[in-house]
Amino acid sequence: MRNVAVIGVGMAKWGELWGKSLRDIFVETALLAIEDAGLDRIDSMYVGCMSPGLFIGQEHLASLLPDYLGRNPVPTVRVESACSSGGLALRQGFIDVASGMSNIVLVGGVEKMTDVNGHEATYALGTAADQEYEGYHGLTFPGLYAMMAHAHMAKYGTTREQLAMVAVKNHDNGSKNPLAQFPFKITIEGVLGSVLVADPLRVLDCSPITDGAAAVILCPLDMAKRMKKPGVRIAGSGHATDTIALSSRRDITWIESTHLAAQKALAMAGRKIEDINLFEVHDCFTIAEIMATEALGIVKKGQGGKAVQEGLTSLRGRFPVNPSGGLKAKGHPVGATGVAQAVEVVKQLRGEAGARQVGGAKLGLTQNMGGTGGSSVVHIFEAE
Amino acid sequence: MPTPSRSWREIPQRYRLEAGKCTGCGFICFPPRLVCPRCGSREFTKTKLADSGKLLTYTIIRVAPHQYVDQAPYAVGIAEQDDGTNLTAQIVDCDFQDLKIGMRVKIEFRKIYEEGEAGVILYGYKFVKE
Repeated sequence: MRNVAVIGVGMAKWGELWGKSLRDIFVETALLAIEDAGLDRIDSMYVGCMSPGLFIGQEHLASLLPDYLGRNPVPTVRVESACSSGGLALRQGFIDVASGMSNIVLVGGVEKMTDVNGHEATYALGTAADQEYEGYHGLTFPGLYAMMAHAHMAKYGTTREQLAMVAVKNHDNGSKNPLAQFPFKITIEGVLGSVLVADPLRVLDCSPITDGAAAVILCPLDMAKRMKKPGVRIAGSGHATDTIALSSRRDITWIESTHLAAQKALAMAGRKIEDINLFEVHDCFTIAEIMATEALGIVKKGQGGKAVQEGLTSLRGRFPVNPSGGLKAKGHPVGATGVAQAVEVVKQLRGEAGARQVGGAKLGLTQNMGGTGGSSVVHIFEAE
Repeated sequence: MPTPSRSWREIPQRYRLEAGKCTGCGFICFPPRLVCPRCGSREFTKTKLADSGKLLTYTIIRVAPHQYVDQAPYAVGIAEQDDGTNLTAQIVDCDFQDLKIGMRVKIEFRKIYEEGEAGVILYGYKFVKE
């Protein structure tokens, strides 16, 4: 297996991009990554996108995207694993380069979510759950995470205020990220006073509906050493699955797929969780970040709420989580999220993260999950 | 709109709570499956799911998917049935402030929703307070 490096990253401003189509958003972002890498060759592409069929009535991105990027006949794969589509696209690109099948691979992620109304978007996102045995009973994604939150609060004493602190922390970080959808601060009172979506989760506990894309360029590490940008090596990659229905899990307060994916990625990198300098985790809801920090092993089971309250996971804390603003403040165009996490970590390891820079960062980790944890992808990046 | 076969083929489990009991390890699969997720066995005997249990967690859905908009707000929960199987369903005929983790619930047969004016009327199970 060859060592693989990231040699280019691209991301444009995220938000409700009424004037831009899915193809526009993807191409604009892919060009940024190509320019950043400073090369004009792509051997293959992997693009994470959860549900273009439901959001814009378009499938066959494997033809559309290379076509509009002016790159036919480059082989292209659309990768779908709900909200972990982007992270999984990255893993497929990594495998392609590591295996020796391709040298230069573009990994993208994209979602265009605002061409449908809120209820239709809620339905489309709900298809990441078990349609016949969860969706059939009127469950939504906020509803599923709300049930995890209630169970976590009952079992471990996690408080409503601790959930709010996750959103406040991520908006603090996001206020330093000009590409974020919501680059401003919020308060605990603001979160607690926002409208209920699914008890106990309020609208400011939830990541938003977002249009956006992200892209990275991968190549063999040997080749990266001759490129203009400082190389960042993908040191570890882990992927694991779990049951589609939350009710089928042995413990609904624990994300086993994230735990297993992290164990695999850390083993591949030859690292311990304490070695990692910063984390981009899947905070689709505030409770999700708390559970992710536990599953990754940053804190013990049940201690995620306490960790955010004590500042352990804040930008200047011992384990900075979501310096980019996370899904909460940066936005969550579902298929793009896993790739955008990689974009942030690469910028941090290159020292290009501006006001939200984690000083001296050498190792970063991304955790991207689909559904309620039915799939998880973890990557570890190391500055060369 | 999906064809009626999509809901028709789920009738044994949704109307009659039919489940599969693994002959290898005794694990009860609801809905029935072809492969036991615990031991890998492919042999099952037909059984009926226990029709009462206790609530493990719940939420109140206030922003609903388009087909449930008329019903919102409504409560949904996961209950551990008395045979150890976990089940997800709406919790009805219960004030929201009375919902509590650990409360006893039983299964009743109810209407779930209608697919518009010309579509199928869908039925299934819901939880009520025991």
